[in-house]
Amino acid sequence: MNASHEFILRVRNLRTHFHTDQGIARAVDGVSFDIPAGKTLALVGESGCGKSVTALSILGLVPHPPGEVSGEAIEFEGRNLLAFSEAEMRRIRGNEIAMIFQEPMTSMNPVFRIGDQIGAVLRLHRGLSKAAAREEVLALMQRVGIPAAESRLEDYPHQMSGGMLQRVMIAMALSCHPKMLIADEPTTALDVTIQAQILDLLRVLQRETGMSILLITHDLGIVAEIADEVVVMYAGKKVEHAPVAALFAAPKHPYTRGLFASLPAMQQHRQRLYAIRGAVPAPTDFPAGCRFHPRCPYAMDCCRRDEPPLLETGDAHRTACWLHDAGVMAAQGKAPGLPPEAAP
Amino acid sequence: MKANAKNKKQSYWRLLGRQFLRNRLAVAASAILLLLLLTALSAPFLASGQPIYLIKDGKTYWFSNVVTQRDLANFDFRTWERKPGDYGIWPVVHYSPEESSLRNRLEPPSRSHFLGTDDRGRDVLSRMIWGTRISISVGFVAVGISVFIGIIIGALAGFYGGKVDMIAQRVIEIMMCIPVFFLIISLIAFLPPSIYNIMGVIGITGWTGVARLVRGEFFKLRASDFATAARATGLSDRRIMFRHLLPNALGPVLVSATFGVAGAILTESALSFLGFGVPPPTASWGEILSQSKRYIDFAWWLVTFPGAAIFITVTAFNLVGEGLRDAMDPRLRQ
Repeated sequence: MNASHEFILRVRNLRTHFHTDQGIARAVDGVSFDIPAGKTLALVGESGCGKSVTALSILGLVPHPPGEVSGEAIEFEGRNLLAFSEAEMRRIRGNEIAMIFQEPMTSMNPVFRIGDQIGAVLRLHRGLSKAAAREEVLALMQRVGIPAAESRLEDYPHQMSGGMLQRVMIAMALSCHPKMLIADEPTTALDVTIQAQILDLLRVLQRETGMSILLITHDLGIVAEIADEVVVMYAGKKVEHAPVAALFAAPKHPYTRGLFASLPAMQQHRQRLYAIRGAVPAPTDFPAGCRFHPRCPYAMDCCRRDEPPLLETGDAHRTACWLHDAGVMAAQGKAPGLPPEAAP
Repeated sequence: MKANAKNKKQSYWRLLGRQFLRNRLAVAASAILLLLLLTALSAPFLASGQPIYLIKDGKTYWFSNVVTQRDLANFDFRTWERKPGDYGIWPVVHYSPEESSLRNRLEPPSRSHFLGTDDRGRDVLSRMIWGTRISISVGFVAVGISVFIGIIIGALAGFYGGKVDMIAQRVIEIMMCIPVFFLIISLIAFLPPSIYNIMGVIGITGWTGVARLVRGEFFKLRASDFATAARATGLSDRRIMFRHLLPNALGPVLVSATFGVAGAILTESALSFLGFGVPPPTASWGEILSQSKRYIDFAWWLVTFPGAAIFITVTAFNLVGEGLRDAMDPRLRQ
């Protein structure tokens, strides 16, 4: 198995800290994952868990100061992006790794026409002439399913709907045939019907181009739809990592279970939707031990004291929770594993 | 979709234009400015001692009011005795701004001198027409310089923040502490008298306002989603600053520049009034006004007309500036 060929991106022990007046904010604290070529990895978690910062760190877009990205490596096709200069990173961005954002309405420059904005990327990275860029833009816009692309070229962003703009963003991202696409909550700002269309589009384009996708979302529905592998993040840490089917079959971390429990289910008619009590702590003062313990219904003494390691809890399923540590649980006279779900 | 097809070309600036046109006062003021601009551009055709077209002694001369004709350069048209066949088309005011006539000093407005003459017998209207050139060009060039400096310093400070911003802010504060008019007078005192020096000095002392505006806009814009998106497509800082952020920050700069032109015109007039302005015999509104000091008890035309010209121009620029500002204010949008 040749690792450098199988994985397009390998993130090793990534740490992104922000030096603020309130202290050091450990937005991302030792996160590792690999993305196989042509596959989709989803980063899941609540707002403020460090998902977006992880994405920005990969592209070297964390503002510095106050941000500081360290860690072992961010290996893209065997090259360590952490060691790249700003100029080298500029050649990667938009060219080999492209990114689409949560708010298509505000991610386009309001003063430029759609066609010119996509064309600018083509001219920058592929050195196309104005006329050639226009042709290519037209082809791209048709490919992402924008009707009447020819006339849409001349539109300003405010004249288009959110769904259309997200297609434009995708067209722009695809313009240089990137090997990897980072999609930061690509459908959060869109209607549900449009969401489905955009996800379909991403899936089709992935099949056509063979690019890998790093999908950032808090919507487990989207994860089920498109991801191959899931990393659940909480407070800057990876708490669970599993193939999508395994995770949906049996979430192993109390946080992941909480996320699933907060989904509205069609069959059940609950009075209230389940909510994980409390909120994500501020990244400047994460609790000691397991960062989830103040909100965890199963918190034990050791959770308050010691940080749980990432434990192998099944086939390619890893969880950072003491409940799965045989030694700890044996000391309490219990079997390892998540207790059966209490009726909420 | 249909609505889209209709306002296809509806950019921000078009929207702004439509909003601006609703403000009648501002539109009237822009008409005045347009008139002034035309006056400045066509000054040689409005007031010149040389004819536009002339047939003299069987020879034809074109545009001697613009291009110096060797045969005519030293010819005094006031003593010209026309021969049969001679023919000339003259500008409306057929006095050059620098042509003095000591016999006609300080004449009140009459049919030959519409706005009277000054203390060297020069035609006031002619001097005012040529003075428009000075005022308008000083206004635009000086503001052009200050906007250029202001945008660069403001953009760097706002985009990079931190130490760059700290230094820029201190420089701006220091500049703002110095009374600008006295700084200009002191600088002018060291420089050879020339219109370009005046433009330059007004320009390099007036950029602080623009710099602050641009800095503020850039602070807001650099955190915007589209700035991050632009960086994610691999654009360089310079491209993002000047191609992506600057067009979004230009609105307030334009407003401030319009007010700046009014200020620069006023400053130039004040300098000329005090005798620090354009070197004589160049005509300028402030310079005509300064002559009136000595003759104010009877030569009312020397005060009234240049004074009115300065007042109207400055007011017009301010009204246009206000119109632009209101057009950009979404709270006032109808």
